[in-house]
Amino acid sequence: MTQTAAKTWTEIKSPRKSVIPEGLWLRCPACAQMIYRKQMESNLHVCPECTHHYRIGASERVRQLVDPGSFERQFAGLWPTDPLAFRDLKSYKDRLSAEQKKSGQSDAVLAGSCFIKGRPAMLCVLDLSFMMGSMGSVVGEVVTRSIEAATERRVPVIVVSGSGGARMQESGLSLMQMAKTSAALARLDAAGGLFISVLTDPTTGGVTASFAMLGDVILAEPKALIGFAGPRVIQQTIRQELPDGFQRSEYLLKGGMIDRVVQRSELRSEIARIIDYSGT
Amino acid sequence: MSAFYQLEFERPVVTIERRIEQLERHLRQLTTVPAPAADAPAGSADAPVFTADLPAANGDMAVIDADDLPPTAEATKSLIDRLAAQRQALLTDLYRDLSPWNTVRVARHPNRPQSRDYIEMFCKDFCELHGDRRFGDDPAMVTGFGRIGSIKCLIVGHHKGRTTKEKIACHFGCAHPEGYRKALAKMKLAEKFGLPIVTLVDTPGAYPGVGAEERGQAEAIAVNLREMSRLKTPIVSIIIGEGGSGGALGIAVADRVGMLSNSWYSVISPEGCAAILWKQANEQTNTAAADSLKLTARDNLDLGIVDSVIPEPLGGAHRDPKAMARTLERWITDQLQELRTHRRELLPQRRYERFRALGAYVEAAVA
Ligand SMILES: [Zn+2]
Repeated sequence: MTQTAAKTWTEIKSPRKSVIPEGLWLRCPACAQMIYRKQMESNLHVCPECTHHYRIGASERVRQLVDPGSFERQFAGLWPTDPLAFRDLKSYKDRLSAEQKKSGQSDAVLAGSCFIKGRPAMLCVLDLSFMMGSMGSVVGEVVTRSIEAATERRVPVIVVSGSGGARMQESGLSLMQMAKTSAALARLDAAGGLFISVLTDPTTGGVTASFAMLGDVILAEPKALIGFAGPRVIQQTIRQELPDGFQRSEYLLKGGMIDRVVQRSELRSEIARIIDYSGT
Repeated sequence: MSAFYQLEFERPVVTIERRIEQLERHLRQLTTVPAPAADAPAGSADAPVFTADLPAANGDMAVIDADDLPPTAEATKSLIDRLAAQRQALLTDLYRDLSPWNTVRVARHPNRPQSRDYIEMFCKDFCELHGDRRFGDDPAMVTGFGRIGSIKCLIVGHHKGRTTKEKIACHFGCAHPEGYRKALAKMKLAEKFGLPIVTLVDTPGAYPGVGAEERGQAEAIAVNLREMSRLKTPIVSIIIGEGGSGGALGIAVADRVGMLSNSWYSVISPEGCAAILWKQANEQTNTAAADSLKLTARDNLDLGIVDSVIPEPLGGAHRDPKAMARTLERWITDQLQELRTHRRELLPQRRYERFRALGAYVEAAVA
């Protein structure tokens, strides 16, 4: 068993398919109701019937969290390279250009300074739609710079994670981003800064095992999959049924691993409230 | 030696080694048993029935037939010498360009020295410290005080286990959160006492299980990364076998990181990577994944992830654990002596800069 499977990078396929199909109406994967797409979207991409939280991209997340017009993007000039000339069934270069074309973004992260209900902050959001939000050098660097900027400017930093983990195509360099981001948080901590980590569905692998679990306060959206190893890897290892609700936000809350499970509609005010208590 | 595990690509070498062993036994018999026949070497010089070329490349494990054994001590010795030379040449050849996938195999060799073996070879007075004071004592993580050379250290290492029972207890070197927490607790003790820390990394990865997740595997590793980055004491880490992802890094945020020349260090195992990116793990995809992941010591050195490649004895650490331990001990003491010249308070800054610089990206001016 020692040499079987992915230990930290896990392929995530949500049983609740959250990709929003085109069309005016869609069937909610959680409650199976037909819902009006526009209504769901104007409800912060949450099902108006059952509050199922759809996965959202980074720019939508920023839009939902910041005071209108206050977001100033930073570190947008960082582009990934292909340091290992990595090749699987496809080359990493081709994968990157395909993803960049599709998303119009250079990599899986969006960061900048902003105001949240009038409070200045650094906000950094991982983008699941770009290579599963995986962390390679660019994501690691942008997260680190965001933390460093927050430390310097004495403002809180909020990182919203949604990620399959460290990016395999940058191998050891992806692994090192775990150390880099965590080390930056040590300095923020020493300076008395506040880090709010927001976990969304799914957050696993090397992202969870570094900055995502290091929040001074850790918030999670309802029913988000959060873990180190993916459920399939665990199942293959232990060959047993996993407990009900295993690795979901509510399960982690009960187990003492996170501070709060927060509805998307409350996220902005919860963040503001915590900032107020931190003295930053 | 007889239970020596055999790697496929090493088959020809193992065949020769078996024959050398057999000849050495034979030689002992020839030299210790005062058999009257042994004093009758007549005709032996012109009886080269046996040949050093016996082990063919595709050779099976067959030993030399009793009839073919050299009749004299001299002839036996000379055959041993020839076989030894052949073994040397073959090993040099095989290990010169070991493929990444075969490197992974060597790194996992069951006879490869593990943390406890090194500790035993380094220290006469190892004082093991147990438990994380929170949940338990993970046998997959060994911690304790000991001297390396003459330097008092805290030693931390993954341990895989040797016997089946031990392997199962150690989850084959896959530590649980309590292992990482135990490591950190003892490392903080080292910081307080002003002891340098030496960590030996050898894990396929942190354990993926229900209990591990429930007790916060990710958090345990993350906290180690953060806290190790700011420990005010020298830290030296060596990948001695497998450097499997976050489970390895969880005790490897160090001032100096070295890799034994046949170890591997990567974000994921080749099989894990193959299963995801190639949709299946088999000999061919594992080979391809191992190539792509740039997981060898040389690759990690080129990427700046490790600072040194520590050469293994010819044919791998498993062939000569004592020699390996001597080389490793010298490397560790060299690093510690050098790190001793730095002020402790400044070490975290340098360590930060070391990891801060890692990553590959381009930066374009933003309009
Ligand atoms: Zn619904």
